[in-house]
Amino acid sequence: MLSVEKLNKIYHSGGLLRRGQANHAVKDVSFHIAEGETVAIVGESGSGKSSVARLVMRLLPANSGQIHWRDQEVSQLSEHHLRPLRSHIQMVFQDPFASLNPRMRIWQSVGEGLRVHRPELSRTQRRDEVAEILALCGMDAAILDRYPHQFSGGQRQRIGIARALIVRPKVLVLDEPVSALDVSVQAQILNLLQRLQSEFNLSYLFISHDLSVVRHVADRVLVMFNGNVVEQGSVEGVFSDPKDAYTQKLLAARPVAHPSERR
Amino acid sequence: MLEIRDLSLALPARTDHSDADIIAVSNLSLRLQRGRVMGLVGESGCGKTLTAQAILRLGEHQGIRRTGGDILLDQQSIFAMDDVTLRKMRGGRVSMIFQEPMTALNPVFSIGSQMLEVIHLHLNLDAEAARQHAIRLLQDVGLDDAGHLLQQYPDSLSGGMRQRVLIAMAMSANADFIIADEPTTALDVSVQKRIIALLRNLQRQRGLGMLLVTHDFGLVAEMCDDVAVMYAGEIVETGSVEDVFDHPAHPYTRALMGCRPEINPPGTPLPVIEGNVPAPGLWAAGCRFAPRCKHADQACAGKVALHQWSRHQHQARCVHVEAAESC
Ligand SMILES: Nc1ncnc2c1ncn2[C@@H]1O[C@H](COP(=O)(O)OP(=O)(O)OP(=O)(O)O)[C@@H](O)[C@H]1O
Ligand SMILES: [Mg+2]
Repeated sequence: MLSVEKLNKIYHSGGLLRRGQANHAVKDVSFHIAEGETVAIVGESGSGKSSVARLVMRLLPANSGQIHWRDQEVSQLSEHHLRPLRSHIQMVFQDPFASLNPRMRIWQSVGEGLRVHRPELSRTQRRDEVAEILALCGMDAAILDRYPHQFSGGQRQRIGIARALIVRPKVLVLDEPVSALDVSVQAQILNLLQRLQSEFNLSYLFISHDLSVVRHVADRVLVMFNGNVVEQGSVEGVFSDPKDAYTQKLLAARPVAHPSERR
Repeated sequence: MLEIRDLSLALPARTDHSDADIIAVSNLSLRLQRGRVMGLVGESGCGKTLTAQAILRLGEHQGIRRTGGDILLDQQSIFAMDDVTLRKMRGGRVSMIFQEPMTALNPVFSIGSQMLEVIHLHLNLDAEAARQHAIRLLQDVGLDDAGHLLQQYPDSLSGGMRQRVLIAMAMSANADFIIADEPTTALDVSVQKRIIALLRNLQRQRGLGMLLVTHDFGLVAEMCDDVAVMYAGEIVETGSVEDVFDHPAHPYTRALMGCRPEINPPGTPLPVIEGNVPAPGLWAAGCRFAPRCKHADQACAGKVALHQWSRHQHQARCVHVEAAESC
């Protein structure tokens, strides 16, 4: 579904004067995600996980490496040629509302992708599609004409997921999708993601710093440190028998589930 | 001892309609003791921050009003304090650490000038002694090269370093009580862990009483001696962490703890709490959790008091507490 090979990203700070430092944020990262599979990337901020997400989405140009969306190599495609393919892979952010226009009604924001990818639809058809997707995400049609403010964190994330799903992608890249939510709302959103995955056989690239969440949702996990993937494998394997020293440290730093486990 | 007694808080009067008070925190009682950490948990919008800020009378300038009850610091009402006493109490006897280390420091002043201002307000030290004190505080919170750090500005520090600076400032006048409102939520996991370890060490060494506001049960398990669970402006359960983790009595506590992925088998649907926390003014007349509660029946329509549950100091606000135990 999605595969990347030897992806590299180097950021240059300090502008044109070449005095700034080069930051090798993503180093030779390779992985693939099969249909219906969830692959998680864990690591601290600055480890490169969000850069990987943005590279994969082609929101950021890579310095080298290959990116396959389904069967197509897209790392060098121009935006013009990329556009029709963008419906295959969509992104969900930590706070989707940061990217919503506050003056657009919910149905217009959620339906935006349809204007690009299914221009043949009439306004009414678009609105109906949005209502259908919102219902799938557990939101009532009554919100269609409301504006982005005045939604709770959980509702915002449902709307963000609906907005990504509207073009019927096969892959969702989720960057910290539940990090800003209460544990009760987090549970609702994780359940929703699981239901949508089995219903549409979606593939997820799930970026999170929360190891408990990752263990719950992912099939496989990549551990990133300083731009490198230091370990990857099945979730059970990595969690029960971490090989890399950094992974071991990360797992040891997990919060305890019960006061009796205090160290 | 720092004691909140039967405290009620009203939101700022709205200009658009009725002049009836909208109560956001009602008849809330909590006791902080030196040397003990009390966790205050609950979903977003339950009133945790309003409660924490009330202890330093910080909500007042936003128009939050006390409509009943009292807060006593070693038997003395903080509402009876004059401005000078109040300013000395804040930071001097009770310190606060906020969620956002970015906004709690002023970007236009150096770390040194902000720390020294706090130190001079509370301690009678000459310039050099104050500087030495600031350096020692920074070292205590694990910041090396403290002399250099004093000259730096908040912008040049990472989130974790800023939070350490704020903790150092909170410790600067030997306060007995620390109110920490989501002190690590904005930080990275690995940084979180270190800040928690730091807070716990300081708390133990200095025998501080601490109120730790959080929505993270992991943090409660890690740090707290006691816990109070808040829902819709009131405490619904309180007790020692062991009692509450081993025998959660209130359906809300059970539901909230049950949502955590770490206690559910991987890949299975997580238990959820349907609906949302009702906003102030929209609370149910009897048990406020009843509209979302799986065990609710007619008995929940009347007013429910906090009552003592099996063990010492373990209390829950549910008429079905006994029934809940057996299911
Ligand atoms: N200054 C204010 N003016 C009006 N309403 C307020 C004000 N401060 C808080 N509220 C309302 O009071 C209720 C309790 O808010 P509070 O911030 O104490 O919740 P909280 O439990 O700290 O939530 P969170 O976990 O999101 O921090 C909320 O409904 C909130 O919208
Ligand atoms: Mg709060």
